[in-house]
Amino acid sequence: MSSVRTFGRFCYEFVVGDDWTVAVVVVAAIGLTALLAHHGVAAWWCMPLAVTASLVLSLARAVRRP
Amino acid sequence: MSTLLLVLATFAASAVEMVEALTIVLAVGVTRGWRATAWGGITALVALTAIVVVLGPAVAQLPLAALRVGVGALLLVFGLQWLRKAILRASGYKAQHDEDAIYRQEVAEVSAVAVTSAFDWYAFTIAFKGVFLEGLEVAFIVITFGSSQGRIGLAALGALAALVVVATIGAIVHAPLSRVPENWLKFGVGVMLTSFGTFWSAEGAGVDWPGGEICLVAVIAYVALLAIGLTRVLTIRSRTVLLPGPAATS
Repeated sequence: MSSVRTFGRFCYEFVVGDDWTVAVVVVAAIGLTALLAHHGVAAWWCMPLAVTASLVLSLARAVRRP
Repeated sequence: MSTLLLVLATFAASAVEMVEALTIVLAVGVTRGWRATAWGGITALVALTAIVVVLGPAVAQLPLAALRVGVGALLLVFGLQWLRKAILRASGYKAQHDEDAIYRQEVAEVSAVAVTSAFDWYAFTIAFKGVFLEGLEVAFIVITFGSSQGRIGLAALGALAALVVVATIGAIVHAPLSRVPENWLKFGVGVMLTSFGTFWSAEGAGVDWPGGEICLVAVIAYVALLAIGLTRVLTIRSRTVLLPGPAATS
């Protein structure tokens, strides 16, 4: 069980890394993009906007840390 | 165009990771001898090659839209993490990667452990772990980048070229490659992974980019300018705010 947990932790750290908000924003943005595109909206701007928001948020969190 | 970017991105990502792996291998090899260290490094390279050979074609069998959403999302998360670290380092909020300091620390650590058998398993394990863990990111980039463009072989070639260049220089100079501009390489790779991830994930989600593939160039330019702008802002901020000192190197 502990090796499964260790592997899970390794995968989490490998993919998600130092800041989980990046992964959350990316997944939410892809979902929103798919939804908008499904309803015929030209949603090409959605992902660049999410990248900007994610990077700004993540950096703000990093520099605010003590 | 995208083929050139594919090779450049895998080459740069591999070069950065291989420089870090080389530091560990050199520290172990110089301190504890080369036989077990070399076996550890070679075994790790074989394991990484096996991962690419097995997973690469399997991933490429997925439907293109699903592949681009999944791979795009992973590349995006990965790229943003690289970019975040590179921006924090470039602006002074995080310590620059110092290969000389890491080398000295590694030498001190491996010297403290006694050799207890004819084959030095400790040196083997440290070298294996160093090369495997550093190389895992490269294998991941080769598989995701290569499979999305249907060119895993080409992506692997970029990684292999970096391995040959770094290993050759390492064998000649026999010292950590501290002059490689690691942070700027990471910055560039972060920009490319983020841009490709943005482009593919949106495309996989059903978006038609204005102008098609050519829009990728605009996305790369946008991400690069965004990253440079954020670096400038944080650099100015770090100079005005009294910092207790850069964080430890990861």
